Amino acid sequence: MYLVVEQLLNGLQFGLLLFLLAAGLTLVFGIMDFVNLAHGSLYMMGAYFAATFVAWTGSFVLGALLALGATLLLGIVLEYVALRHLYGRDHLDQVLATFGLILFFNDAVRLIWGPAGLALPLPAWLTVPVQIIPGVYYPAYRLMIIVVALAVAAMLYLVVMRTRVGMLIRAGASNREMIGALGINIKLLFTLVFGLGAALAGLAGLMQAPILTVQIGMGENILILAFVIIVIGGIGSIRGAFMAAIFVGIIDTMGRAFLPDLLRKVLSGAAASTAAPALSSMLIYLLMAIILVLRPEGLFPAAKR
Amino acid sequence: MKKAFWLAGAMALALAQPATAADSVKIGFVSTFSGPTAVIGNDMRNSFELALDHLGRKIDGKPVEVIYEDDQQKPDVGKQKTEKLVQSDKVDFIVGYIWSNVLLASLKTAVDSKTFLISANAGPSQLAGELCSPYVFSTSWQNDQTPAAMGLYMNQKGVKSVFLIGPNYAAGKDMLAGVKSTFKGEVVGEEYTVWPSQLDFSAELTKARNSKAESIFVFYPGAAGVQFLNQYAQAGIKAQIPLYTAFTVDELSLPLQKDNAIGIPGAQEWVNDLPNAENKKFVEDYRKKFPGLRPTYYGAQAYDAAQLINSAVVAVKGDLTKKDAMKAEMEKANFKSLRGPFKYGNNHIPIQNFYLQDVVKDADGQLSLKTVATIVKDDQDKFHDKCSMK
Repeated sequence: MYLVVEQLLNGLQFGLLLFLLAAGLTLVFGIMDFVNLAHGSLYMMGAYFAATFVAWTGSFVLGALLALGATLLLGIVLEYVALRHLYGRDHLDQVLATFGLILFFNDAVRLIWGPAGLALPLPAWLTVPVQIIPGVYYPAYRLMIIVVALAVAAMLYLVVMRTRVGMLIRAGASNREMIGALGINIKLLFTLVFGLGAALAGLAGLMQAPILTVQIGMGENILILAFVIIVIGGIGSIRGAFMAAIFVGIIDTMGRAFLPDLLRKVLSGAAASTAAPALSSMLIYLLMAIILVLRPEGLFPAAKR
Repeated sequence: MKKAFWLAGAMALALAQPATAADSVKIGFVSTFSGPTAVIGNDMRNSFELALDHLGRKIDGKPVEVIYEDDQQKPDVGKQKTEKLVQSDKVDFIVGYIWSNVLLASLKTAVDSKTFLISANAGPSQLAGELCSPYVFSTSWQNDQTPAAMGLYMNQKGVKSVFLIGPNYAAGKDMLAGVKSTFKGEVVGEEYTVWPSQLDFSAELTKARNSKAESIFVFYPGAAGVQFLNQYAQAGIKAQIPLYTAFTVDELSLPLQKDNAIGIPGAQEWVNDLPNAENKKFVEDYRKKFPGLRPTYYGAQAYDAAQLINSAVVAVKGDLTKKDAMKAEMEKANFKSLRGPFKYGNNHIPIQNFYLQDVVKDADGQLSLKTVATIVKDDQDKFHDKCSMK
């Protein structure tokens, strides 16, 4: 029983982290109709900035905040310098250009920080396990990820649903041309949304950094998952991204945790332990395929027109 | 003006003319030079270059030409690069291969063309057994050997039960099989993770803790080893269940693992402080030539591969068509290996010692690896009976 609780928490933590990454992606895709493959690079930059600033300042929290600001700034500069010119083009051009940006960022990181990767050590108060219910210990840092990501999700909800900027964002997701025609400064809105997306990706990267290593190309695998999530959740929908990210996180973790034991009941030991990781990594793609058949627009599509 | 143009063209042509095969030794080197595991490939290349420096950049008086190719850690790319080296570059030797799955995909191309292939790291069980070939040599080990040594050490420590975790690919399976072949206690659980994309081990660690096993064994080479140790320490399991490893803590991962690696034992056939003259020279010159870097067992194996090639070419006085004589010479292992005692079994896999290594702070206050004990002497892999060569 405790095992299930702990694995659920693992899944929730992974899902929330994916949400941070997917939220920015779905906003940019949904509102600007822009396919940004370089979103994973911003995730990587967040992690590199954090590793650097934490080493400079000696404080984890301060370093993380600085890194967050730096990624926000980087996102805005990137939008202003490069991506702005691609909005009118078709998706293939955007994919090519942002793929080029991935290569650019990977090599820039190699030049600046070297090929070996960095470590982002945690302060001592985050490395202790916490007893959440009697008998169940959970790493304090992963608990912190859950808390921070939930807080960010709540804030995002309030901004999008309760503020004027949020109203514009929602309007943009529903009908881009119309809000432009109504005299809204759409360029500024796009820059803002892109910066916000970059900051969220940076936050995901810097929070993931102490668990994984900070290394070149770290954003590429996880970006695929983020795309799966926005497809499942419905493009342009923050709520959809949130629900889909948690689904994907929990399904992925539960699959890895319990599928091998289930398979061992029907298959021989060796076959089961080989097949289980392959099968469990397929689960989320199966989920995506099923959703695409049943609801091609995703679970919570952004309202159209 | 026009004349100058033609002259320049002719000069460019003269420069582009490749040296003819007879007066140089051509070596293809396949390893990973891009992506997160490129640090391993670079270490192998550095050590191989150092070996060539030590040989005076010449083998039996002939200049050496090395063509480095990046396998991107992907079996299909490795196979394609091997084909290119064999078919269009027509190399005399192919060296390298970090990953067992890459080597297995590339093997047939090299063997069919009768090009000598020297694995400087990967040691899949098939290579030692049914797929052994007169043209394939190893300067590393068979995958099962190192974890099998770890299993013996765990018996010595009186460990009663273990939870095994490893990546789901050729080497991962060999490694866990290796521990199981010698460990006398109970194997409580066995988990495979998706390789190389899975970097979060929370589900596996949670299961290991709940299994109530007395110990955990893992095999995670490269960056995955850093990530595993991070998560093992953060989950507080380091204080509860001791960890035993193979190929998880090395000089490349240690600067990132830092204190998380202290007290984590590993088994290895080469450690930087092995007390022989060749090894001392290797470690010193490496640190001189590549400031800030430290050599690893990957590099030591690549260095040995260069020495093995040198011994073969010298024995046939540079006549690279005498393949049988070269094979016979290489089987003698007539070179001074950095790891000390080194001879070949019938399947061209080394018979060698395995050591217990531990993480200590060295004189400069840096973390480094140190030999603690010899776990097993003159160990031969258990697949050599399956090899048809006698």
